[in-house]
Amino acid sequence: MPFKILKINQLVPTIHQMIVSAPKIANKAQAGQFIILRIDETGERIPLTIADFDRDRGTITIIFQEMGKTTRQLASMTANEDLLDFVGPLGNPSSIKKVGTVVCVGGGVGVAPIFPIAREHKETGNKVISIIGSRNADLLLWEDRMQDVSDELFITTDDGTKGHHGFVTDVLKQILDSDETISLVIAIGPPIMMKTVAGVTLPYGVKTVVSLNSIMVDGTGMCGACRVSVGNKTKFACVDGPEFDAHEVDFSLLMNRLVMYSDEEKEAIEYHTHRKGCNC
Amino acid sequence: MLEREDMPRQDPIERRSNFNEVALGYTHEQAINEASRCIQCKKPTCIAGCPVEINIPAFIKCIAQNNMEGAINEIKSMNALPAICGRVCPQETQCEEVCVLAKKGEPVAIGRLERYAADWELNNKGTNPDHYEPGSNKVAVVGSGPAGLTAAAELAKMGYCVTMFEALHKAGGVLVYGIPEFRLPKAIVQAEVEYVESLGVDIQLDNVIGKIETLDELLKEFDAAFLGTGAGLPVFMDIDGENLNGVYSANEFLTRVNLMKAYQFPDYDTPIKRTRRVVVVGGGNVAMDAARCALRLGAEEVSIIYRRSDEEMPARNEEIENAREEGVIFKLLCNPIKIIGDENNWVRQIELLNMELGEPDESGRCRPVPIESSEHIIDVDIVVMAIGTSPNPLIPNTTSDLATTKWGTLVADEDGMCSKKGVFSGGDVVTGAATVISAMGAGKKAAKAIDKYLKNNVSLQEVG
Repeated sequence: MPFKILKINQLVPTIHQMIVSAPKIANKAQAGQFIILRIDETGERIPLTIADFDRDRGTITIIFQEMGKTTRQLASMTANEDLLDFVGPLGNPSSIKKVGTVVCVGGGVGVAPIFPIAREHKETGNKVISIIGSRNADLLLWEDRMQDVSDELFITTDDGTKGHHGFVTDVLKQILDSDETISLVIAIGPPIMMKTVAGVTLPYGVKTVVSLNSIMVDGTGMCGACRVSVGNKTKFACVDGPEFDAHEVDFSLLMNRLVMYSDEEKEAIEYHTHRKGCNC
Repeated sequence: MLEREDMPRQDPIERRSNFNEVALGYTHEQAINEASRCIQCKKPTCIAGCPVEINIPAFIKCIAQNNMEGAINEIKSMNALPAICGRVCPQETQCEEVCVLAKKGEPVAIGRLERYAADWELNNKGTNPDHYEPGSNKVAVVGSGPAGLTAAAELAKMGYCVTMFEALHKAGGVLVYGIPEFRLPKAIVQAEVEYVESLGVDIQLDNVIGKIETLDELLKEFDAAFLGTGAGLPVFMDIDGENLNGVYSANEFLTRVNLMKAYQFPDYDTPIKRTRRVVVVGGGNVAMDAARCALRLGAEEVSIIYRRSDEEMPARNEEIENAREEGVIFKLLCNPIKIIGDENNWVRQIELLNMELGEPDESGRCRPVPIESSEHIIDVDIVVMAIGTSPNPLIPNTTSDLATTKWGTLVADEDGMCSKKGVFSGGDVVTGAATVISAMGAGKKAAKAIDKYLKNNVSLQEVG
């Protein structure tokens, strides 16, 4: 049964928001979970973390960055078109309890999945300090929405065009150095950012959680493509995660495995750009 | 006695570079000749060898009399998926093993005849079932593999309103993600799935039960549930280097190739690594499938690594023979101890240890014993682990009072009844990884048990 795209819009260059009608999934979705979609019959299955859900309207919001063939094709779709498959909610929800002060760190397109987590921490009664970062001011995502769910919001850009000139981890370190008692840090973003966050929080002994975006096929524990090493044990990001204790994650392995198909990714883009003459 | 008719097959040299079906099926004449070999025993032994109890002599007699319609009707009264079973059942250890002719020579080729009758129907008239009016009792079937499809078909024929939930985007379970096109064409699976749908079964794809809805929630909406969720979780060896790039579980390798059609990349978007040297670890049908897929993806050297000898290999002889003919190398009596990678996390080599056979273990097969100082290293680009699977814990983990064993399989009685009221199960999720036909047998038994359960329930309510 196809799933209708209700809305699609570009938030910032190369990053798009898509709202999909999926009432059954919306009814069950929780912060931290993901969906797997397939555009059409020849499409691949790609996992995307749920950026928002609306139980009343029966919708799931996903945010994606144009990277490979599939995300480019996705970006070229329009409202009222259908996605052939939309499966979820997959993975475990973020564990959200009343713990005190929580720091939510979102980098790049990772701001989107951190949003529902921050929102729920806030609703649970935690103090939410958020740090969101991007390469430059033009690429900064959902500042307004993050403002709404955070007690304090910090912005960083790599080039200094907005907020702190530098990385999210610079601000995180300042916060940890201040008197504040931080109970939990949650970071979602590029693997290198999550790795650096883990390195920053480790000496402070603050519990730190990251959401791992490994390559997946089925997303239900069947294939093991998403294997990650956590505390020297092999875990499947799809069913054991996607969130794990950042201090236990082998980030080098994660990063190495993420580039497994980079040659094929290039080949696919080349093939579809030149052979088919379209831009997807 | 007439000789058993050989099945025409694609030439090994040719077929190792295409995904078309290897076994081509009998011609009309061959089918009639082969069917005429059946001596129509007064007390046939073959029927008891069939997990779904097809009246084998009866359908074979129809074929011998050139009554193909009669043959397929006879089969379909007991088996909803004959084109599949005719291809992938291990007949040599079931109906054909107990065929009287096997005592003196070759048994009647029951499987090939079943396939012939099923293909005749698909080619000549399409599946045209009787229409069954669904009743008011609703049954949920979770998983659309062989067990689920069979249970759903049987229940629909009994007049139940059946909804089947499938986690993936295509129905068929292992028949679509696991067994390759060249052994079981997906169009055949699709046709038999459509037959089950035509009986009135509603198939809900993309529904991961345990996530989108729990079993407890399903039971509020349905009067009973059948769990045929299979054994889908891959097992790894827990040796060094298993997380290197280029190490696949057989499930992933086969899912990419079969379900996602990675062999047609980039026309299909899902990629798979195509490399020169592939090692497949394991000796079952899944290992043979993976090895033969690797050849077809263009690998120059594909080896099966198995820790026992060919005597103990669990794969069907026919599949081992096919693999050998196509050029798969068998490195028997050796076992991987370590996978070695380069600085970028890519597989480069695998370290093996030679084994010899010792005393039989609890499975009755000789235990492989390592030979000291026999370690050796071979170069490899892709390693596929095909050493088994276990049931997915998603449903038991999200269901109240559903008992499992220490192996993660569901506890069910002979008829498939589980510890939880109204829940039945069968197939690999109960037995651990086994065959398509045993799962179908279990699905059929469970359907009868569900019928009995629901009838008792109704009569209890009427009394109350």
